[in-house]
Amino acid sequence: MILQLTDVCKDYNRGKTLVPVLKHINLNVERGEYVAIMGPSGSGKTTLMNILGCLDVPTSGKYMLGELEIGAQNENALAEVRNKRIGFVFQSFHLLPKMTAVDNVALPLLYAGVSQKERRKRAEEALKAVGLEERLHFYPNQLSGGQCQRVAIARAMVTNPELLLADEPTGALDTASGDQIMEIFQQLSSQGMTIVMITHEPSIAQCARKVYHIRDGQILDGAFTKADAPGELGGDGYGEA
Amino acid sequence: MENIRLAFQGIWGHKLRSFLTMLGIIIGIASIITIVSTIKGTNEQIKANLIGSGNNVVTVQLYQADHIYDMTYQGIPDGVRPIEESMRKTLEELKGVEQVSFYHSRNYSDSVYYQNTNFNGAMYGIDDAYFQVNGYRIISGRKFLRDDYNRIRKVAIIDTKAAATLFGGVEPVGEVLEIKGEPFVIVGVVEQTNTFTPTINSFSDYELYADTSTGAVFIPDASWPVVYRFDEPQSVAVRAYSTDDMTVAGKLVADKLTETQISAAAAAQGDSGDGEMDEEAPMPAGAEPSEINGFSYRSENQLEIAEQLQNMSSASNQQLIWIASISLLVGGIGVMNIMLVSVTERTSEIGLKKALGAKKRRIRGQFLMEAAVLTCLGGILGVCAGIGMAELISRANEIPVAISVPAILIAVLFSTVIGVIFGLLPAVKAANLSPIEALRRE
Repeated sequence: MILQLTDVCKDYNRGKTLVPVLKHINLNVERGEYVAIMGPSGSGKTTLMNILGCLDVPTSGKYMLGELEIGAQNENALAEVRNKRIGFVFQSFHLLPKMTAVDNVALPLLYAGVSQKERRKRAEEALKAVGLEERLHFYPNQLSGGQCQRVAIARAMVTNPELLLADEPTGALDTASGDQIMEIFQQLSSQGMTIVMITHEPSIAQCARKVYHIRDGQILDGAFTKADAPGELGGDGYGEA
Repeated sequence: MENIRLAFQGIWGHKLRSFLTMLGIIIGIASIITIVSTIKGTNEQIKANLIGSGNNVVTVQLYQADHIYDMTYQGIPDGVRPIEESMRKTLEELKGVEQVSFYHSRNYSDSVYYQNTNFNGAMYGIDDAYFQVNGYRIISGRKFLRDDYNRIRKVAIIDTKAAATLFGGVEPVGEVLEIKGEPFVIVGVVEQTNTFTPTINSFSDYELYADTSTGAVFIPDASWPVVYRFDEPQSVAVRAYSTDDMTVAGKLVADKLTETQISAAAAAQGDSGDGEMDEEAPMPAGAEPSEINGFSYRSENQLEIAEQLQNMSSASNQQLIWIASISLLVGGIGVMNIMLVSVTERTSEIGLKKALGAKKRRIRGQFLMEAAVLTCLGGILGVCAGIGMAELISRANEIPVAISVPAILIAVLFSTVIGVIFGLLPAVKAANLSPIEALRRE
């Protein structure tokens, strides 16, 4: 069990009233699982993602990441967890515009205290893995959206994290680029990477082995598990239709 | 290291903005460097003008209260004895003193004529050491001889200026001067060996340094009473071993003279007239500044005058430095302002970095470094501008300018410190941004 949420609640202060955003979430993710969390906007999925990514801590309940109880960590420890154990992929890529692809990818290694030479080597390898070995020194504005997202994936993977968190990874992409990204995710998953992906597109959620639905801050009972081989669509009620 | 690179990148990325931000610092530092350079230049000039003219000579004169006792208009001072020849050895054994000369003087001679020409220069009644102490050399004729002193001969030596005003090219040696009706034969002409000419930039400089006198006439001190009075207390010219010794040597001689010449006389006087003594507070022994019956010997050397002048010019310029510092403060606030804008602009960058594992300390360091590099660059540019400005001023006004290396180092360091101080608030603000909030903003 890599990820275990027990009775997690998250409330936000909106002026004088407390607004509960997550209500008693229980969620387990096994090592090597490929999970999608689906829900309409306002369902609390981004908040859930923030908590899973250790960007935020639950108001109550327990979040275990491996053996580590996240709620009990201070800010510096959380920064270290994000740096070493979690890789992030965002909808809008979040690449630094004034850095080349390889510098962007090397950034998390800088925070991990890796030497300059080693950083460069590992960043180049990571970019190679997503098929961008010929775009190493391109700036983000010289790359297409799909290429940017692949750079972002390379950045997420460069620290060899235990968990890849993706927040609407295809949300800003056309279908062809989106499919490419999904292919990379499949590949990572087959290599044993644990992936948690948040999306509102059923077709994208289909790529995952397990789909959870979240609505009004609660996970609906029962995951829709897909026994079939990845990539095969339909047959579980979440087809293209 | 990474932060320095990032800082330069950030500054280079916004060239115009960075320059405008630095402008306050540049102007502040430039004005301070200009002012400091001008002060230093002026001070060095004052010193050069005064010391250069002096041959390390300090003049010790008799003062009444705070004024030089002028024999022209005043009688022989009560209770002040003339300095005796035996004092010479005592004084020359004092620390820093190389040689002393005793002399009588009048700043403006009266009734000195060569034929029908009236002479308005200075009159000196000098001892044997005078020319040597004050750095004169004989250029024509001879110096005073033993016999001139012993036999109270009516002989005179004039300096080159007096020779020019009185004789205008005619050889003066052998001619006769009429001093208060007494005929004095000119036996020699002297010239001051020091050819130093002070730099004169202003009217006050002119008053201070320019030698406006029409020359000097010297007679043996033994002959002084022939034309003036007996028992006039002398002044003393003290030649110090070095410029640095001048102040100490002058003071030692003055104190010694006050102690021996005046206290002894006052004691003698006290025997004869007790009533007079009662009115004045008894002088405690060894009190400082020693002053007896209102009389004292005091030294006045060029170094002290230089220091006074320097203090005056520094004091007024010090206020200018304070004003310039305000511009540095304003510059610092400008830096803070821009850094705050920059933090807001880069919220999403900060959020991303935090998500990728950057700790607070690193974000804070990045922004502090950027502010420090910005103001340090501003400081360096300011120093360059200041040196340029100082040079310009020195060309235009012929005011000398001396660039002070410590001032430059302090200026650059200080501007960097300003960056750190005013960068602190923005940096802390950036470091405390919540990554979720920061990532949400696009």
